[in-house]
Amino acid sequence: MSGADPSGPRIAVVDYDAGNLVSIAQAFTSVGAVVTRATTPHDLDGADALVVPGVGAAGPAMERLRVAGLVEPILRWIEADRPFLGICLGLQLLFEGSDEDGAETFGVLRGRTRRLEGAPTIPHIGWNQVERRRPHPAFDGLGDAPDMYFVHSYAGAFDGDGSPEEQILAETTHGGTFVSAIARGRLLGVQFHPERSGDNGLRLLASFVGLLVAEQTAVPA
Amino acid sequence: MLRTRVIPCLDVANGRVVKGTRFVDLVDEGDPPQLAERYAREGADELVFLDITAAPEGRPTLLDVVERTARRAFIPLTVGGGVRTVGDMRNVLRAGADKVALNTAAVADPDLVSACARKFGSQAVVVAIDARATSDGRWEVLVNGGREPTELDAIEWARRVATIGAGELLVTSIDRDGTQSGYDTALLRAITSRVSVPVIASGGAAGPQDFVAAVVDGGADAVLAASIFHRRQHSIADVKAAMAAAGLSVRAAAA
Repeated sequence: MSGADPSGPRIAVVDYDAGNLVSIAQAFTSVGAVVTRATTPHDLDGADALVVPGVGAAGPAMERLRVAGLVEPILRWIEADRPFLGICLGLQLLFEGSDEDGAETFGVLRGRTRRLEGAPTIPHIGWNQVERRRPHPAFDGLGDAPDMYFVHSYAGAFDGDGSPEEQILAETTHGGTFVSAIARGRLLGVQFHPERSGDNGLRLLASFVGLLVAEQTAVPA
Repeated sequence: MLRTRVIPCLDVANGRVVKGTRFVDLVDEGDPPQLAERYAREGADELVFLDITAAPEGRPTLLDVVERTARRAFIPLTVGGGVRTVGDMRNVLRAGADKVALNTAAVADPDLVSACARKFGSQAVVVAIDARATSDGRWEVLVNGGREPTELDAIEWARRVATIGAGELLVTSIDRDGTQSGYDTALLRAITSRVSVPVIASGGAAGPQDFVAAVVDGGADAVLAASIFHRRQHSIADVKAAMAAAGLSVRAAAA
């Protein structure tokens, strides 16, 4: 595998015992980023982007973030519109709460995490099409409906008021249709697992890293 | 639309990929990370890594081989064999697995299934069921790498684990495993018609039409095979072409 470029963008991946960090770290490294595992607020110092991964239920995940002292730093990061990627549970946590266990979550997106409606099989496991609703540079070169890998039973759902459709980047159908990617400013969230989605996933992560490089070049620190 | 998955299986003994007939007479088939990388390149939708000697030898999963394998393939990896506790599962996930398959330990202690699902989410918990047809038309669950009968009814067991936290079932016909005589579609249908979690068919693939039958006749959501891929009897692309021709939705194999 290609090694990390020591001058590449620094990505802090929040490590809160909620999923597969090996593959996320490996995937980001292979597209030229320098990955640090963040277990304390201090670990976010000097990072160019913050990634919150995760699988499983919202309640225990929020509790572990709270114990690690990471809830406030993550909120401040998002409020400052710094580059952020939420993956799977890391996207769901951005909504106000979860129907899975009643947990209260970050609430930076209006709406709740709800059980997939009308799904022929639950969990929704496997490759499905991410149908793009609007352009975004992270999806450049991926076509209108790239296959990505999903493994989940719940998904974030926007509430009706406001203009959530502007934040909906892509939707996916498994029985019902759910939001599979969102964007707002530098905030990006995906319900699928780019680190497990083969070449398509690596391309998306490479584009995300490329956006960081472009910002660094345009606005020297 | 959700694709039907094609999943090569790496049965690992002593750090090497092996394949036998009905779980015995093992033959060396290669290095796990190398095979994983090859299959990811050839269009595998997912990989299953089974440490088949961990349970009979009473030892934990070979974490270093899991980690080397996970690093070589950017597709999902399910790991089974040797997981007996929530702590074991945590270690396997931290080594790079996306899902963990429970088999012998789940039969010994069904509460393990619910405990793992509570801790990591049911989407990370696969229950592997090794089943053998009985003379009275049922299927019996076997454990310890297919060596030990349990008298558990495989259909009842499938329903039960799906209720208590399994997010997916890996159903292997021990009668067909390694025999290349086709999947046991009756066993598959009996299970897929009674559970709402995805079911992976395993045991007996000889050619692309067997994969089609596992889905069309058996109702499987994913189809797993080992020997025919290891020995290059059929490529993943061949299998997907046959599935697509039968009207199934498959992900395009890599160019």
